[in-house]
Amino acid sequence: MSTAEMSTPEDDFADNPYDLLAEDHDEGHRWAFGTGFTDPLEGVDTSVPDGLDPGALVRFCLDLGDDALIYSHRLQQWVAGLPELEEETAVANIALDLLGQARLLLARAGGIIGQTEDQLAFFREEKEFRNVRLAEHADRDFAELVVRLLMFSTWRLALFESLSSGTVSSGAGDPVLAAIAAKGVNELAYHRDYAASWVIRLGDGTPLSHAKTQAALDTLWPLMGELFYPGPDALATVDRGAFDAILDTVLSAAGLDRPAAPPLAPVGGRAGRDGVHTEAMGYILAEMQSVARAHPYATW
Amino acid sequence: MVAPVTARTPAYDVAAGTPDPEIPTLTIEDLGILRSADYSPERGVVVTITPTYSGCPAMREIAADVQARLNRAGFERVTVETQLAPPWSTDWITAEGHRKLAAVGIAPPSAAPRRTGPVPLTLGRSPSPRCPQCGSPDTRLTAQFSATACKSLHRCNACGEPFEGVKAL
Repeated sequence: MSTAEMSTPEDDFADNPYDLLAEDHDEGHRWAFGTGFTDPLEGVDTSVPDGLDPGALVRFCLDLGDDALIYSHRLQQWVAGLPELEEETAVANIALDLLGQARLLLARAGGIIGQTEDQLAFFREEKEFRNVRLAEHADRDFAELVVRLLMFSTWRLALFESLSSGTVSSGAGDPVLAAIAAKGVNELAYHRDYAASWVIRLGDGTPLSHAKTQAALDTLWPLMGELFYPGPDALATVDRGAFDAILDTVLSAAGLDRPAAPPLAPVGGRAGRDGVHTEAMGYILAEMQSVARAHPYATW
Repeated sequence: MVAPVTARTPAYDVAAGTPDPEIPTLTIEDLGILRSADYSPERGVVVTITPTYSGCPAMREIAADVQARLNRAGFERVTVETQLAPPWSTDWITAEGHRKLAAVGIAPPSAAPRRTGPVPLTLGRSPSPRCPQCGSPDTRLTAQFSATACKSLHRCNACGEPFEGVKAL
């Protein structure tokens, strides 16, 4: 059914969003579809509940927001380089979901310390980013992409489920974080299923795909351990046993061996959450922040 | 599950006609994105909308379109606010929304999954909806993600047509 069948000619103007865009009813703030960003938490009650340490809440939101922001950037770098059109749309959609989660979480943190999401994303230094090192890893091939996504989305889904659950400690005591997590759960469930089905397909595929997937698992395994480092600011944690059960289900279906390698050691007791990153991080920020830093007063 | 509760006010009726930027034959009311639109002398019209997905890039467009429609209808002061909780569900898509989706060749979502414990890992093929072109139930999922985050991609084994479906959420 076309729009024309459903509306009178004078309605057409009102009902066509592209005409509305051209009409510039928005005081010139939008110059193209999708531009004109506003606070993603506009209208949400963002007061910090009594009894909750605002500093810890900010740091925890930055942990989760930076994980999503940096991981999303890494996935965006894959776009136009994937083996099939269907994987292009899948990876781009997953990157978009994570970017949306990052915006909400950075806005939550920024609202408490008086900074915008853009200030946090584009004008912090490397040592101020709190993402785990797994998030910044450059996937060498598609096997690494799906293995890394399986590890990350399994962990993040479990964490978001615990943050959004209807217990007293949901959202680690913060209703905004609980709401952000509840939205994310639905998205992350799709990400995990996507990654798991590819890991099985490749692991249980040809000798070449199996070898590459096992190699990806061996490469990424040491980076996985950091997800479970007990941090002083973590307001919620993931049960390692439940995480391992999911991972083992997938590895067993894929015919892949669980590596025995120990986790990548922290540097002087410090790792991603403390702002100590791998060499890759500087290159990511140089690219991700270049436009905003070249035009520090620009809006979009 | 909290059902959409909305008071039908004159402002609500204007806001309800706002087309979705991605599928303009559907309104934001059809999609369950519009939560409320209330007028008070103190604040003017306050419209509450909820995002479908965290990263939905259409939220800004929708907010601007709602504002413009209400302004044209004579409501001068309009504030559009976001509501995150409870999260949007495809169960909020109205019967009219289902009808319009099918009419533009997009399979409407099945009932959203109800969970009490942890989200189960889904391996293997997910159920695929009835073909919106020929009505055959013999279809297959070709991709879990499509041109927008809220849709998946399918192909009908009977008529051979590819089609999109709205993912139950």
